[in-house]
Amino acid sequence: MILLDRVTKTYNKNLGPALDRISLHVEPKEFVIVVGQSGAGKSTLLKLLTREERPTSGKIIVGGIDYDKLKDRDIPLLRRKIGVVFQDFKLLPNRTVFENVAFALEIVGVSTREIHNTVPKVLDIVNLKDKAGRMPQELSGGERQRVAIARAIVRQPKILIADEPTGNLDPKHAWDVIAVLEKINKYGTTVLLTTHNQDIVNKLKRRVVTIKHGTIASDRANAEYNAK
Amino acid sequence: MRRKLTTFARIVRTGMVNFVRNLWLAIAAMAIMIVTLTIILFSVVVNATFSNTVAQITDKIDVSLYLKDSVSDGQAQNLVKQLQALPSVKQVTFLSKAQALTAYEQQNAGNQQLLQAITETDNPLPATVRIKPVDLNHIGQIRSYIAQPKIAQLQSDPASDSGDRRAAIDKITHATNILRRVGVVAVLVFAIISVLIIFNTIQMAIFNRRDELQIMRLLGASTWYIRGPFVVESVIYGVLSAVASILLINAMFITASSSLQATSFGLLDISYSQSFFESHYWMLLGSQLALGVFIGAASSVIATRRYLKFKMPRK
Repeated sequence: MILLDRVTKTYNKNLGPALDRISLHVEPKEFVIVVGQSGAGKSTLLKLLTREERPTSGKIIVGGIDYDKLKDRDIPLLRRKIGVVFQDFKLLPNRTVFENVAFALEIVGVSTREIHNTVPKVLDIVNLKDKAGRMPQELSGGERQRVAIARAIVRQPKILIADEPTGNLDPKHAWDVIAVLEKINKYGTTVLLTTHNQDIVNKLKRRVVTIKHGTIASDRANAEYNAK
Repeated sequence: MRRKLTTFARIVRTGMVNFVRNLWLAIAAMAIMIVTLTIILFSVVVNATFSNTVAQITDKIDVSLYLKDSVSDGQAQNLVKQLQALPSVKQVTFLSKAQALTAYEQQNAGNQQLLQAITETDNPLPATVRIKPVDLNHIGQIRSYIAQPKIAQLQSDPASDSGDRRAAIDKITHATNILRRVGVVAVLVFAIISVLIIFNTIQMAIFNRRDELQIMRLLGASTWYIRGPFVVESVIYGVLSAVASILLINAMFITASSSLQATSFGLLDISYSQSFFESHYWMLLGSQLALGVFIGAASSVIATRRYLKFKMPRK
């Protein structure tokens, strides 16, 4: 589903590469946690996957799309196949919860009728059905993040990338968000989650990839990771 | 197809909503656009009026050649043919003695004494050849051609021509040309100013909504889905400004026709301007609309370019 082959990204030649010859393979329906300290290269990795940045060298293939052959004008099509959840939610402040989720469908030309059919179902998955009419600022951080997840999955992407979705949340809300991610993974979506939170890493029995100084320091199933 | 229509409808709707939300910015942008379009329209009408004045004066210029009574019809026809063959001649009309008399009677229909004086005697009027030059500058050539002895011997009186008005006409043409140039410069200056202001307006609107644009980008909105509403918004400026400028000039003519018609403006024949404006009403409205839409669309497309790169500009 995701394949990186010796990918290097250098922002500034004087500072050395942010990512140094990273190779990573993620199977369909896998749930992968990416850990690492700030500046280790996690965000760069995700930006390469969403094509916000281009690799300096190396090959990236996501969902069958070879990024070397991807033209600029086809980037929107790629992004429609990947759901992304950000640490700072990136919700539109002047739209309701319903409208924020509907927005993802509007931009791809889904009919209004279908939107009214789909959005409530997705809000149900993230347990926000009763808050459809609220504005984002009336919600708690955890609720906002679940709106963002609803928006990311409403187009039924094959891959969901969650960039520190729990970074701004207290533990209780963080677990609400993680629970939703697990549920989505159970439905068949590949999930790539980055986090700082050791507690989450320990409790989720999942594959863990550790990035250190731009390279993969370890990549193992959670049991091994915990045993270390 | 259906999907595209839905998307198109959404773009147009968003553009209209944005127009209403940014009403004050829109009014500023439209004010300058109205000034630009009005100046352009005004200079088009003034230009047409001047051209008409010059054409009217030029049309009145001709050279008249008077033939002796002894010249036969054949000789006269021959002369007409020779003159018609000249490249500097636009048109030649031949009036026989009888036709010249009829024309004279018509010209002086109000003057009984003159008419009586003419009918009492034999027809005193000579047969006349009227020569219209291609343009003013060719009068000299025609004059020297008919001064040749073999043509001069056919003439009863020296040829008369209206070449003396030439100096006046030159002045008019000169003034018109200067006015045209000033008009072009003014139009260009205002067009540039209006593009810049619309450009700025759209950039401000984008700046206010850059977060939204970034989110749209990250969710996979296509370039035209993001850009469309801005283009729609500025096309609305163009359409409204074009209509406003037409109405403005229209209102100007309404006031002018009541208060200024009586006074003479010399070269500026206001009644002609008005009839030109009225007879070309739809064409003028159409080209104003096209121009307004073009200025609006072009400036918004350029203004949005910077924000539509796939890497968002860093704040």
